[in-house]
Amino acid sequence: MTRLPVRKTYKLFVGGDFPRSESGRTYEAQGQNVARASRKDVRDAVRAARGAFGKWRGMTAYNRGQVLYRIAEMMESRKEELAEFSSGREEIETAVDRWVWYAGWADKYAQVLGTSNPVAAPYFNFTIPEPTGVVGIVAPEEPALDGLVGRLAPVIVGGNTAVVLASESSPLAAIELAEALATSDVPGGVVNILTGFKAELAPWLAGHMDVNAIDVAGADGEIPELERLAAENVKRVVRGRADRQSPYEIAAFLELKTVWHPIGV
Amino acid sequence: MTDLERRQDRAPVPSGWDYAPAPEARDIVTLEERYGLYIGGELVEPKSGEYFPTVSPASEEVLAEVGQAGPEDVDLAVQAARDAYDNGWSAISPAERAKYLFRIARILQERSREFAVLESLNGGKPIKESRDVDLPLAAAHFFYYAGWADKLEYAFPHRRPRSVGVAGQIIPWNFPLLMLAWKIAPALAGGNTVVLKPAESTPLSALLFADVLRQAELPPGVVNIVTGDGRAGAELVKHPDVDKIAFTGSTEVGKAIQRELAGTGKRLTLELGGKAANIIFDDAALDQAVEGIVNGIYFNQGHVCCAGSRLLVQESIYEPVIEKLKRRLTTLRVGDPLDKNTDVGAINSKQQLEKIEELVRSGEEEGADIYQPPCRLPEKGWWFVPTVFTNVAQSYRIAQEEIFGPVLSVLTFRTPDEAVEKANNTPYGLSAGVWTEKGSRILSMASRLEAGVVWANTYNRFDPTSPFGGYKESGFGREGGLHGLEPYLDLEESEVRG
Repeated sequence: MTRLPVRKTYKLFVGGDFPRSESGRTYEAQGQNVARASRKDVRDAVRAARGAFGKWRGMTAYNRGQVLYRIAEMMESRKEELAEFSSGREEIETAVDRWVWYAGWADKYAQVLGTSNPVAAPYFNFTIPEPTGVVGIVAPEEPALDGLVGRLAPVIVGGNTAVVLASESSPLAAIELAEALATSDVPGGVVNILTGFKAELAPWLAGHMDVNAIDVAGADGEIPELERLAAENVKRVVRGRADRQSPYEIAAFLELKTVWHPIGV
Repeated sequence: MTDLERRQDRAPVPSGWDYAPAPEARDIVTLEERYGLYIGGELVEPKSGEYFPTVSPASEEVLAEVGQAGPEDVDLAVQAARDAYDNGWSAISPAERAKYLFRIARILQERSREFAVLESLNGGKPIKESRDVDLPLAAAHFFYYAGWADKLEYAFPHRRPRSVGVAGQIIPWNFPLLMLAWKIAPALAGGNTVVLKPAESTPLSALLFADVLRQAELPPGVVNIVTGDGRAGAELVKHPDVDKIAFTGSTEVGKAIQRELAGTGKRLTLELGGKAANIIFDDAALDQAVEGIVNGIYFNQGHVCCAGSRLLVQESIYEPVIEKLKRRLTTLRVGDPLDKNTDVGAINSKQQLEKIEELVRSGEEEGADIYQPPCRLPEKGWWFVPTVFTNVAQSYRIAQEEIFGPVLSVLTFRTPDEAVEKANNTPYGLSAGVWTEKGSRILSMASRLEAGVVWANTYNRFDPTSPFGGYKESGFGREGGLHGLEPYLDLEESEVRG
């Protein structure tokens, strides 16, 4: 008699937990029933991301870099499972290397993107990059895993927290990734991953008053509507591309803060 | 408090002092009766056929008539900018571009008194501010960005800087020439051409700037200036041949522009409103702090987006701070903007005065205590007495909404955490002030305040090398410094990894 395998229930990843959609809905993708998140799940995810923001941005850059590196380690050890749900081994290796690459930026981007400013008066003046806050990411449909990683890594390395809408047609890799994140050292709520229908969820994310920026990489035809909604709280809109890897991808989700102090005795 | 300080504290307020008038000569400015639009290097009559009067807010005197740009006029200006971009400006050597900007900076320095008088005349700001702040900074801004024009590839490692095209720029009335400089200098340094829409109530310094461009021999069409009300700005925003919009003004209009541009892929930077907290800790140097409070909110009649309009005072020093502040207020001289002794000038427009009055009424109705020093105001023109509200709750409109006038709302706090929470409790995030003698506290506060500019033991300082711009609903993008170039450049990476 052959053994009947124990299947996995594919759920959301919110605040470090794996809840079902509060709506109780699922949809079928990649031969599995996958949670179909609702507007309220978006709201819960944003709340979790906001709650995690203070701690995450307050960690030292060195620490954040190590946490990102740990994600790469966790993914490396799940390579087989991840490969099954994506285009294959090569995509996973690219994604793992991407985490490593961004991990190394954690304690460097401020030195590249910040300035000290020689003002024409006796003041010490410097400009430093800071995270913008909670970032919504509409992940690219393909490549489902590496596309998500390519958009997520620059967001969180900068100290932001994220609410990700996973690839709608290939959501399983995102959930597999969530399991890797949950077993790494990423504090709960820093990354929240929702599966479901992007056309249904993205507008709630774009219009949410407590989301500071949105990456519309995977939004396709809905971009104009999402940008209109984003204006409600002057959200930063980033039209990310899946194949980009650069410190300027980090910069897109950073604010610049300039501090003045008089020089005198 | 030392004995001497105690005695000084009890000294009578010198309210009886009168200052002899010290008017700045007005005849340095020659005004035309009527100004057209500056398109393709010439002042031309608006196709709309419409003109509107521009006045001095201190006297309501009509200074000149100015063209109202209609859709056709805006289109012609954009075409002129496009032609100039395609036929030379974008291809001119960056070093030559730099030299045009250096010339502009120099001419502004040479003609600075003329500009300062005009700025005070048309805008109502005290001559000592237009003379000592607006003009030097405007010239410095051109000088700073001039030097960047041929060094752009050093500013952004691993990227290829290229110009964007035609920039549409819409500026406010509080610092007309300085905002013009903030917009035009980086745009030209990056190799773009410009259509600028000055504020409806303060068009004259921009039109005089057209004469600077003539003297600098800037090629026609590189900078075009279309005057008028919001309709002209709206035309510019929706014009299909404009590649980039830069707007400084209210958050409400900023949001409308962001909505209008949704889906177009046009570049956008927004510098919007503010409701900055100016935070005074119990160990601050109080007299300096009081000067900082006054400068923070009464500079330029409070018509400053980064004004320190919410004073957060640590509870233990509330009384001495308020007492010193009220006493200092009695010495502020309100009146003729062209008088060299004037500290607080005229409110920029009747409409703005009504807005201030409405919000001040709401403050009284909601239950705050109002203080206004005794003050004689001129009979003509638009004026508002420097005002302090105490006993203000965070929920009051005067603690939430941008008043954009000489009105300060005072709140208190006990702990640094409470100060941060209250300071950040606003949709805005443009600026903040911190007053304390403790360095570690300055750095901790500076890092926790959600604001694009943090002034520690100072307030309302500006410099072309220093990036300026907001968090949250105060907008996005920076003006000034290396970061101020970015909105005006296409920065493709020289080699894409991954």
